[in-house]
Amino acid sequence: MRKFKEFIIEKLIVACGVASIFFVVLIFLFLVKEGLAVFKSVSFSCFLFGHKWYPISEPPQLGILPLILGSLLVTIGAAVISVPIGVGCAVYIAEIAPMRVKEGLKAGIELLAAIPSVVLGFVGMVTLVPLVKNVFHLPTGLTALSGSIMLAFMAMPTIVSIAEDALYSVPNNYKEGAFALGATHWQTIWRVMLPAASSGILAAVMLGIGRVIGETMAVMMITGNAAIIPKSILVPVRTLTATVAAEMGEAVVGSEHYFALFAVGIVLFVISFMINVTADLFLHKRP
Amino acid sequence: MFKKRFLAVILLSFLLASCAASETNSIQIKGSDTMVNLVQAWAERYMEKNPGTFVAVTGGGSGTGLSSLISGTCDLAMSSRNIKDKELALAEKQGIHAQEIKVALDGLVVVVNPQNPVDRLTLEQLAAIFTGKIVNWKELGGADESIVLLSREVNSGTHVYFKKYVLRKNNPGSQEEFAPSALMLSSSQAIADEVAGNSAAIGYYGMGYVSASQKPVAVAQEPIGDYVLPLIETVMNGTYPISRPLFLYTNGTPSSLVGAFIDFALSPEGQDIVRVMDFVPLAE
Repeated sequence: MRKFKEFIIEKLIVACGVASIFFVVLIFLFLVKEGLAVFKSVSFSCFLFGHKWYPISEPPQLGILPLILGSLLVTIGAAVISVPIGVGCAVYIAEIAPMRVKEGLKAGIELLAAIPSVVLGFVGMVTLVPLVKNVFHLPTGLTALSGSIMLAFMAMPTIVSIAEDALYSVPNNYKEGAFALGATHWQTIWRVMLPAASSGILAAVMLGIGRVIGETMAVMMITGNAAIIPKSILVPVRTLTATVAAEMGEAVVGSEHYFALFAVGIVLFVISFMINVTADLFLHKRP
Repeated sequence: MFKKRFLAVILLSFLLASCAASETNSIQIKGSDTMVNLVQAWAERYMEKNPGTFVAVTGGGSGTGLSSLISGTCDLAMSSRNIKDKELALAEKQGIHAQEIKVALDGLVVVVNPQNPVDRLTLEQLAAIFTGKIVNWKELGGADESIVLLSREVNSGTHVYFKKYVLRKNNPGSQEEFAPSALMLSSSQAIADEVAGNSAAIGYYGMGYVSASQKPVAVAQEPIGDYVLPLIETVMNGTYPISRPLFLYTNGTPSSLVGAFIDFALSPEGQDIVRVMDFVPLAE
């Protein structure tokens, strides 16, 4: 009887383990099946490098280059803002902060991660958008920059907590060795701790970026969603995610528009897959 | 002990689910965001008058409503545009016979910031603005500011209507498109907020969303014609050039439950609610 119980439990756990992979494969197959159908009506290069996105016209124009560039611009902007602040915050928490401050900071950062993105988007729309408009004297504050700033907030918790873990797992004798050689605290952090934890920190950055590129609600609310090829960070952009979210409800099932949105999904899947794989490579390259 | 409680929870949830499913006196309505408030107002009054009947109204856009009607997940679809041939064919394939019922009219208002000196435009000028041929307010007698175009997303019936009747002037051969630089906002309220805070913005939406912080523009059909402000009277008598019908779609001949709700919407009382909600009643 006990053996039988063990057997059942073992199999159940195996099923749980396999299930997640099984679902990922199913999702990917479905994406591919629906998405590749779009290439019957537009060529691969017209789809990826076309400049015009007018999905509901007759015939539809399905060029997603403005959307790809929009997503990349917002993501790069968010990375430029969140990486220095996030890594700095992790260093402070792991190395410098006294115990009480440390606990408070960690709780605060976890709280930041818990804010739903729609709330961040709404707050950004009311506070950040008018600010960006006035500071840069723009015709409108709904720009890639507003999206980047808001998304930086969203990437920060991921970056801080993983980077802090990486710093924490650097063996203590590295630090002691540095101090013994007469290095100052800053020299130890900059020359010893950060290089030793670099693979973990890079993984943190990649995972933060992965979170940003997949984010939908906040960018849809504050980037303006104009499908133009951005020439600076101070113009409105339309991202891949916002396009899918905004248009899926209307797309007639089985139309070119519908397939095109799935193809956009494939592009997103490929991008975030590459980011996650890179992060994974860094994570497993232990010092 | 723990197992027993777990079992009880599961049983209870099944019981609740079956209760929800057995509710036969309910009408599910889905579709146009423009119409949500209006239909919700009808639903509330209707439920007051007919206790025991439950009317659920959700938005999502005209296309969303029609696709739910086609997939059989709602009883009535609200739509601010006619059903497309593609959708009709798809519905027939699923055994759904979409019937169209016109329930109200809606004037589409073009709004600018109250500080903007421009207060009247011709249809021709509107088309040139929204397709990006006119890019600065000074070309229209306003300040030297570049125009910020605000549009609804492509899932909106309002977007489709505006493109068809203003940008393309109802000419099926026309290839005019919204300028790529037009900002696509996800709701009428988002457009209203942006217009209220941006002196260079111009946007469009249904009459119900106009407040004191936006200024409706008088529109003339012809370059030398009369400029008409969007009001209930001017939409009803057809002198205001940009107005559209609002529809409910049913599957075939409506059941008595759904039919009674439609009759209520079309009754004088229902049409009074239309007026209260800032839409335009059907002409007598």
